[in-house]
Amino acid sequence: MYSEKVMDHFSNPRNVGEIEEASGTGMVGNPACGDIMKLTIKIENNVITDVKFKTFGCGAAIATSSMVTELVKGKGLDDAEKISNNTVAEALDGLPPVKMHCSNLAADALHAAIEDYRKKLETK
Amino acid sequence: MNKIYFDHNATTPVIDEVFEAMVPFYKEQWGNPSSIHWAGRGTRKAVEDARENVCKLLNCAPLELIFTSSGTESDNHAIKGIAYAKKDKGNHIITTKVEHPAILSTCKHLAKEGFEITYLEVDKDGLIDLEQLKAAITPKTILITVMFANNETGVLFPIKEIGQIAKERGITFHTDAVQAAGKIPINVQELNVDLLTISGHKIYGPKGVGALFAKRGVRLTPLIHGGHQERNRRGGTENVAGIIGFGKAAEIAIRDLDKEIAHLSMLRNRLETGLKEKIQHVYVNGHPEKRLPNTANISFEFVEGESLLLNLDMKGIAASSGSACTSGSLEPSHVLVAMGISLELAHGSVRFSLGKSNTVEEIDYLIEIMPPIVERMRSMSPLFAGHKF
Ligand SMILES: Cc1ncc(COP(=O)(O)O)c(C=O)c1O
Ligand code: FES
Repeated sequence: MYSEKVMDHFSNPRNVGEIEEASGTGMVGNPACGDIMKLTIKIENNVITDVKFKTFGCGAAIATSSMVTELVKGKGLDDAEKISNNTVAEALDGLPPVKMHCSNLAADALHAAIEDYRKKLETK
Repeated sequence: MNKIYFDHNATTPVIDEVFEAMVPFYKEQWGNPSSIHWAGRGTRKAVEDARENVCKLLNCAPLELIFTSSGTESDNHAIKGIAYAKKDKGNHIITTKVEHPAILSTCKHLAKEGFEITYLEVDKDGLIDLEQLKAAITPKTILITVMFANNETGVLFPIKEIGQIAKERGITFHTDAVQAAGKIPINVQELNVDLLTISGHKIYGPKGVGALFAKRGVRLTPLIHGGHQERNRRGGTENVAGIIGFGKAAEIAIRDLDKEIAHLSMLRNRLETGLKEKIQHVYVNGHPEKRLPNTANISFEFVEGESLLLNLDMKGIAASSGSACTSGSLEPSHVLVAMGISLELAHGSVRFSLGKSNTVEEIDYLIEIMPPIVERMRSMSPLFAGHKF
């Protein structure tokens, strides 16, 4: 039921782990199913220079997590912010309809991590 | 890659003897069993012989067995059939929270028509409390329907005791025995059941054929109106080849029952012991003894069921998940949730349901490949931080 790209990212997920002194952290749960993703990003000069994820979730959740890390690495913050769940799903050659909600997890975690970074800047 | 099948509660392969018994009924013996001429007579006899074999599996009389299109139809027939036949006597039905959707959806539908449904709770082992059952009974109660064996955990319900409670109060009792048939002995003479559902494809017979035992004297409103087939209880020309296959499968199930129980429980215990020894934070769901011999429902803490299943599939192993992802709905298994198992553990559950053809080598292969899979998934899990593998 999953595309080849999904299975590729599922079986060889990119950028798994946690950045120790992250510039921003996004931890989100999927209210629909209870799955959880944690994304940590490192930002230098408004560019995402490193990104890592950890995910408790289904195949689609893991593949979208992995894909979102590939999409944002090296991107400026403004461009990264534009990434939506659809961007991620399309980059994976689509997801089965019942699995579309799973891509929210990755996009939400990314946006939460960027927001966390911005908040930290303000309080500095 | 070796293909290993650990999903026999979903369906079983049609075994050769069964298939061979069916073939003539697509080729030479295609007559309509209701026809009085030469083309029909042989078919009628074959259908009635098959009926006797299925009856032997349950120890009932041929008059008491209605062939249907599936376990689902039999469940519908039993519940709606009693609800409509007894609606002058009352409108209350008692069932459990852990039934198969064939029961739950039928009850939900009847609720829309004005029937009242009580869904009994289960405890952490997956069993109901008989005192709660008694307390739920009202003067309006017309039907109790409780499954024989749960399809996700294999947990066995005390059918005889429930039947006794129903009988003493004049309430009709139905049990969905789709998962029990062929895996443990069933004797309707000893069980106090009025209605009992079974299905062909769970006992190495074909898909699309089921049966409903309806005890002599139990009045059911038909679900499918039509010709005089099945003594006016179920219209429609019989699925002849399917019924023949079902009969053959029942015959083999009776013949092999003791051997299968020993084989399956040995494999199941090896599987559970092996995985628990090799992997930490592993929990077996369901009552440890009151279970089918073939079913292991196991939660792997900190990891999610569907991703485990995908990993197993990549290694050639077919199993299924109590977690919703596979079924397309999002909620975790209603069975595990009703047992009070945390959402995370419910999400991390895998059901291994073993069958005839499984071997010790296959179980050992699973025990060998599972630890690295779980370890890898845990290393990716944000829930696992701070725990030891
Ligand atoms: C407990 C139970 N009841 C009913 C059914 C439905 O049987 P069938 O597939 O023949 O409709 C199943 C099979 O999934 C089952 O496990
Ligand atoms: S089912 Fe929960 S993220 Fe896919």
